[in-house]
Amino acid sequence: MIDTLVLTRRSLRHILRSPDTIVTTAITPVAMLLLFVYVFGGAIDLGGDADQSYVDYLLPGILLITVASGVAYTSYRLFLDLQGGIFERFQSMPITRSAPLWAHVLTSLVANLVALALVVLVALLMGFRSGAGPLAWLGVLGILVLFTLALTWLAVTAGLAAKSADGAGGFAYPLLFLPFLSSAFVPTDGMPGPVRWFAEHQPVTSIVDTLRHLYAEQPLGQDVWTALAWCVGLLVVAHLLAMRTYRRRMSAC
Amino acid sequence: MTTAPAIEIAGLTKSYGDHAVLRGVDLSVPPGSIYALLGSNGAGKTTLIKILSTLLHADDGRASVAGHDVADQPRRVRESISLTGQFAAVDEILTGRENLVLVAQLRHLREPHAIADDLLSRFDLSDAGGRRVATYSGGMRRRLDIAMSLVGDPPVLFLDEPTTGLDPQSRIEVWRTVSELAGRGTTVLLTTQYLEEAEQLADRIAILHDGRIIADGTLADLQALLPPAAVEYVEKRPTLEDIFLTIVGSNS
Ligand SMILES: Nc1ncnc2c1ncn2[C@@H]1O[C@H](COP(=O)(O)OP(=O)(O)OP(=O)(O)O)[C@@H](O)[C@H]1O
Ligand SMILES: [Mg+2]
Repeated sequence: MIDTLVLTRRSLRHILRSPDTIVTTAITPVAMLLLFVYVFGGAIDLGGDADQSYVDYLLPGILLITVASGVAYTSYRLFLDLQGGIFERFQSMPITRSAPLWAHVLTSLVANLVALALVVLVALLMGFRSGAGPLAWLGVLGILVLFTLALTWLAVTAGLAAKSADGAGGFAYPLLFLPFLSSAFVPTDGMPGPVRWFAEHQPVTSIVDTLRHLYAEQPLGQDVWTALAWCVGLLVVAHLLAMRTYRRRMSAC
Repeated sequence: MTTAPAIEIAGLTKSYGDHAVLRGVDLSVPPGSIYALLGSNGAGKTTLIKILSTLLHADDGRASVAGHDVADQPRRVRESISLTGQFAAVDEILTGRENLVLVAQLRHLREPHAIADDLLSRFDLSDAGGRRVATYSGGMRRRLDIAMSLVGDPPVLFLDEPTTGLDPQSRIEVWRTVSELAGRGTTVLLTTQYLEEAEQLADRIAILHDGRIIADGTLADLQALLPPAAVEYVEKRPTLEDIFLTIVGSNS
């Protein structure tokens, strides 16, 4: 536990010394926010939710994209540690075996939460408003934390398995694409049959809808359970996968 | 004062796929001594060091460090050792001092900052201690690397090619430090390709060749191994280089 905290402080220091990684993480989602709200926004038909402004509609999807681009740095940082000898030094010391990994996970969580806060700040400047109470915001935070952890463990697996620095971050591209095939940018109603089916059954839609309902103070319905099931399920699977990859890598390096 | 070996290796084997790197290594390192492991590129020196420092599992055979079996009690082994790998294991983004403090904290030592300052001055890095390691020269980086391995005074130290890439002055610095350590009772197993280094520094020398230790002993022991013809040919007292080339040559 202490080992994990000591190592977490180390990698947070790395981030503090190159804060551009957080800004870079936030730039792509912010650019999308600007592009979609000011360029495409007027042309997008939200159907029944016409009283909702487009920035309100769009924000949840953009938050998920923020996390997806943020975790690419997590696997990159892990890969760099494995490349240099520092990981071997840690492994030859009497510390908790998984501490170096958990340190990267906690660091990823902190870095992503900061990037998310930046994006929300920009959204506020662009006119995003919500009357939701603290409980609803706590719900939003909880789901974002779960989602970040799930993607982080995926990133850890990618970082452990990567052969090159480019390969380490590459796993994030499909994740960045998923929100486009969901209700994040436009309602699924207008999509052609098979695409619509996919959009309505993939995790992003239920998570995005839940976040949207939470801060719009709308009834949550079934979505919240689907969203939680996806997040927790993904988290468990990704964690097991990462631990297995870690054990294999550490016994045969 | 115990006389049990600090490192004991028996019948150790290791293959990567069907490439047999270690084919039955036997070695016994007395406590408080400096033992040099010599071998050409690819002889398996790093592989052996990694097995001893619990980073790699052997296929067969046994090895124990400070009385603990590397396979059965890896945690105990890790408490007794420090590894300076072949490639510097330092954090480039942190400062030299922060690197040392990090290791001290991970070893759960009291007063990590005092330990860091002490090592910085011992390794002539006090002035550079507040600078990021990314700005260090190769020699400074290696000195910091070794300093990080000394945090907490572990009884057994593995140094994998500690002076490769250093200028002569830094090399002599490292030699001095290693001799001092052995003077305090630390056991040092170091690998090197510089025969002069082994000659200068080591109490005993082992030659790893074709997956086995083909010769080991003091420099005098090894000199005695030379066939008389070679001694005549060399005429003066044979250097380790003469011995190495003769032994390795006659074996392959
Ligand atoms: N992970 C690995 N997978 C496959 N082969 C490996 C691996 N690590 C090392 N080898 C091979 O094992 C042999 C011994 O390598 P090792 O690094 O132990 O040699 P070394 O004596 O340290 O050499 P050097 O003096 O160059 O450092 C080499 O032929 C090397 O190519
Ligand atoms: Mg080597």
